[in-house]
Amino acid sequence: MSPLSERIQEYLPLLVTGLWQTVAVTLLSLVLASALGLVWSIMRSSGNRWLELPARYIVEFLRGIPILVVLFYIYFVMPEIGLDLTAFQAGVVGLALTYSCYIGETFRGGIEAVDRGQVEAAKSIGMKHGKMMRRIVLPQAFRIALPPYGNNMVMLLKDSSQVSVISVAELTMQGKMLASSTFDNMTVFTMVAALYLCLTIPLNILMRRVELKMGASK
Amino acid sequence: MIRFENVHKSYGKHEVLKGIDAEVDKGQVACLIGASGSGKSTLLRCVNGLEDYQSGRILIDNEKVDAHAPSIHKIRTRVAMVFQRFNLFPHMTALENVMEGPVQVLAEPKAEVRARAEDHLRRVGLADKMDFYPSALSGGQQQRVAIARALAMRPEAILLDEPTSALDPEMVGEVLSVLRDLAEDHMTMLIVTHEIQFAREVASNVFFLDKGQIEEHGTAEEVLARPQNARTQEFLRRVTHPF
Ligand SMILES: Nc1ncnc2c1ncn2[C@@H]1O[C@H](COP(=O)(O)OP(=O)(O)OP(=O)(O)O)[C@@H](O)[C@H]1O
Ligand SMILES: [Mg+2]
Repeated sequence: MSPLSERIQEYLPLLVTGLWQTVAVTLLSLVLASALGLVWSIMRSSGNRWLELPARYIVEFLRGIPILVVLFYIYFVMPEIGLDLTAFQAGVVGLALTYSCYIGETFRGGIEAVDRGQVEAAKSIGMKHGKMMRRIVLPQAFRIALPPYGNNMVMLLKDSSQVSVISVAELTMQGKMLASSTFDNMTVFTMVAALYLCLTIPLNILMRRVELKMGASK
Repeated sequence: MIRFENVHKSYGKHEVLKGIDAEVDKGQVACLIGASGSGKSTLLRCVNGLEDYQSGRILIDNEKVDAHAPSIHKIRTRVAMVFQRFNLFPHMTALENVMEGPVQVLAEPKAEVRARAEDHLRRVGLADKMDFYPSALSGGQQQRVAIARALAMRPEAILLDEPTSALDPEMVGEVLSVLRDLAEDHMTMLIVTHEIQFAREVASNVFFLDKGQIEEHGTAEEVLARPQNARTQEFLRRVTHPF
């Protein structure tokens, strides 16, 4: 076998392309999951049961299915009913659907943690529900929800490795392929782990900073 | 201006208001006193629909208050509320708090509202705190911002629920003096308070609420200095000589 440094140099380009795929999958599904999660949380705290109930059932339903099964379903079953997605698209959609539940619960927790007095103050100046949510409740709910939202982000980043099962060429997938063609499991998977840490550690530090800042401003 | 006609309110089986009849005229300052749990906050909150009631009527200039009707939003812009715990919006400065209602709800031009909001804040003695966030203000200052926020709506009446009881003693005076000032300007106010001395000074009417009923009402002099009802006498003895 060639020396370690040479092997690292040989593997790195391939793994880095996987890393970028991981970043892309994560960011896209994060944006989608956050938007959907916001929708779920607003529906659930709307005080209107025609919005509340569907949101509750959708969330309950999605949360009850393992992420791998969601991915298989979207990638293998959807084409049969005419919805043909690439592996990348299916991965993003599957992650986004699953995480929209977690993120929705995070946002809902934030909304419910906003002081009742805020709602009453907003009502007492004549605000209607929508404007009250937008101007008074949500801005405060986001601050409360930020730390757990940061956790959701890290979890999503790590769970993006799950899309390798439908052969999206992200970091874990690239690692697996590289390892099976070189039999150099140790080096390859150590590099894969290190590359994930390159993303998660800065993200964790950033989160702690934000948390501290929030704590200080209260 | 604010009229209660046989108002009944229950939480489940627990009847909290048992047939309230009362009236506050334009320009009057009415003080509502009574023991803890007698229903003072509930009565006040029914007036701007933060609570509903089961029977009877509450009228604002002949318009019925119905917490579940769309008209409630309009009524709330006419009758402002000041809370015991201030409830300022923590993500907005003092000035933004005061401007929020007129700009967002009444859709008034921002520049005009800003000038007026600054006037209100000056009036309550906060000219130098306009750009402060609530967290940087003392309790007394926060409550004065809350009063300015109520005034900015140019309401026909203001409801105040124990506006000084969450304050440290040294800050009670500054808030009461703002309220005195409003009373002199004939702002219609319905104030729940335990400050008997203050009530004697500013109140045109005093209502004594006991177990969900108005046991005694009259001028401040009548109810507070020469109470006829035994319960009122007992209550006043307890609040003025607690030991
Ligand atoms: N949301 C609620 N659900 C059930 N019971 C309630 C609720 N709010 C108030 N009550 C009850 O109604 C009664 C009157 O309460 P209220 O807050 O109006 O009294 P209060 O006169 O304002 O008392 P305090 O001086 O302590 O503020 C109390 O017995 C209280 O326990
Ligand atoms: Mg009360």
